[in-house]
Amino acid sequence: MNKFQIPPVEGAGGGLSPKGMQRRQFLTKLAGAASVAAVVSGCSKDDNDNSGINLGSGDPGILNYAYALEQLEAAFYTQVILTPYTGITADEKALLTDIRDHEIAHREFFKNALGSKAIVSLEVNFSAIDFTSRASVLATAKAFEDLGVSAYNGAGKLITDGTYLLLAGKIVSVEARHAAYIRDLISNGSFADSTVIDANGLDKAQTPKQVLSVASKFLKSKLNANNLPTS
Amino acid sequence: MNLFQILNDIEKVDPEVYDKLDNRRSVMKQFAKISGKLALAAVPIAFGGMFKKAYGQGTTAVVDTLQFALTLEYLEAAFYVKAVSTAGLIPAGAPTAAITTIRDHETAHVNFLKTAITSLGATPVTSPTFDFSGGNGSNNGPFKTVFSDYGLFLAVAQTFEDTGVRAYKGQAGNLISNNDVLTAALNIHSVEARHAAHIRSMRKAAGAAVKPWITLNDTGGIGTAVAASYAGEELTTQATINIVNINGMSISANAASEAFDEDLSKAAVLAIVDPFIA
Repeated sequence: MNKFQIPPVEGAGGGLSPKGMQRRQFLTKLAGAASVAAVVSGCSKDDNDNSGINLGSGDPGILNYAYALEQLEAAFYTQVILTPYTGITADEKALLTDIRDHEIAHREFFKNALGSKAIVSLEVNFSAIDFTSRASVLATAKAFEDLGVSAYNGAGKLITDGTYLLLAGKIVSVEARHAAYIRDLISNGSFADSTVIDANGLDKAQTPKQVLSVASKFLKSKLNANNLPTS
Repeated sequence: MNLFQILNDIEKVDPEVYDKLDNRRSVMKQFAKISGKLALAAVPIAFGGMFKKAYGQGTTAVVDTLQFALTLEYLEAAFYVKAVSTAGLIPAGAPTAAITTIRDHETAHVNFLKTAITSLGATPVTSPTFDFSGGNGSNNGPFKTVFSDYGLFLAVAQTFEDTGVRAYKGQAGNLISNNDVLTAALNIHSVEARHAAHIRSMRKAAGAAVKPWITLNDTGGIGTAVAASYAGEELTTQATINIVNINGMSISANAASEAFDEDLSKAAVLAIVDPFIA
C-alpha cells in the first residue's frame, strides 16, 4: 500500500470540473483523486490493511493499545488545562488538573513499561472540540472516559500475564472514577446511568476494534491493530 | 452465538461429546432450562461451565472467587436497601436518587453472581446476617449511628465502595483462565469505582475534604476506624517504575498515588468486613 502520507479526503471530489482548467492539469488531478479513492476503499477492508503504526501482538500489543488511548487522553486534558473553557470554576480546574496528571502518569508508565516496544508519540486531531466551550470539553471528556473504561474492561481477557492484568485493573478503576466525576459535572447523578450500565449492573466492555473506531476520529496518526490478540 | 453450530463442530472432533453431556436432547433441554432463568449476560458463563464439567476442568477457584464476590455484594446490597428504607436518613432529591441507583446495581450484582455460580454447577452461599454498626453482631460497634447520621452513612458507603473496588481488583488473577467470568468481574469492578467516586463527591458536597479519587492512604477524614481499607493506596511505584516526576513530567506523589488504585487480598478484605458480620 501507498507508503506516502494519505492526502486528506475532504475536497478531493471538489475542483474536478475541467472548466477553465488545462487538460493536463485536470488529468493530473483526476489521477490524484482516483488514487485517493483507491486508498480510501482499501482502508475500509481493514483486515487486509497493514498500514499505520503497528501496535504489535500479545501482551505488548495490548499495552501499546492502552498507551495509545492514554496518549489521547493526556493530550486532551493537557489542552483543557492550557486553555480552560469559559466559566471554569476553581474546583473544576483543580480536579481536571488532577485528571490530566493521572493520564500523563498512565501514558509515561506505559511508555517506560514497553521500553523498546513502545509505539511512537501519536499526533492528535482535536478539530472537532471547542476548547472554549464547557459543554464541548465535558462531552468529549465523558466520551473518552467511558471509552477508556470499556477498553480496559474488554482488554482484560486479552492479557495473559497476571501482572499486566492487575495493572490494567489498577488503571481502569481510576478511569471509572474520572468518568463518574465528569458525568456528574454534566448532569449530577449520571455517574452510572443506564446508558453505560446494563440491567445486571454491569459496565461496558468493548473490543480494541470497537474502541479504535471511535478513538481514531481524534487521531491524525493511523493505528494498525491487526496483530492484537482477539481472545 | 449459534449453539447448534458450536455443538455440531464439537461433535465433529469429539463424537462422544453427548456421552459427556448425557445426550444432545438433554443438553439442549438443560441449556434451555438454565438460559431461561439466567440473565442474558450470564449465558456464556453457563455454557462454558457445561463444557468444563464435561471435560473435567475444575472451576473451583473461579467459583470460590464468585462466592467471595457474592458475599461482598450481599453486604453492599443489604446496606443500601436498609438505608433507602430508613425514613429521614437520606435527603430527598438527588441524594436519594443516587443511593437508589447504587442500591439497584448492588442488588443486580447479587442476582447476577448467584446465577453465574449456579450455572457453574455450584450453590451460591447464603447471605450472612449483617451488623452495620461494625460490632460483630452486638449492634453497638463504632458505626452504630450509621442509619441515623447521614454523614456517617456516606462515610461507611465510601469505605464499602472503595474496599469493593480493591477486592475485585485483587481477584482478577484468579479469573485469568476464564474469559467470560473475568470480563463480568471487570464490568462489576468499574461500576463499584463509579459508585465510589459519586459517594466521595456527595461527601465533598456535604463538606468533607475528599476527591473522587484516593489520595495516598487518606481516608477522607473518616479516620483510623477505616484505615485498613486505604492501607497500601499510597503506592507511587508501579511494576518497579517510579511514577513521581516520571520522565521529567511534573507528577506529584499525590497524583502518582491517585492515578493507580491498589488491590487488596481476600484475607485483607475479609478482615475489613468481619466486624460487619454478625
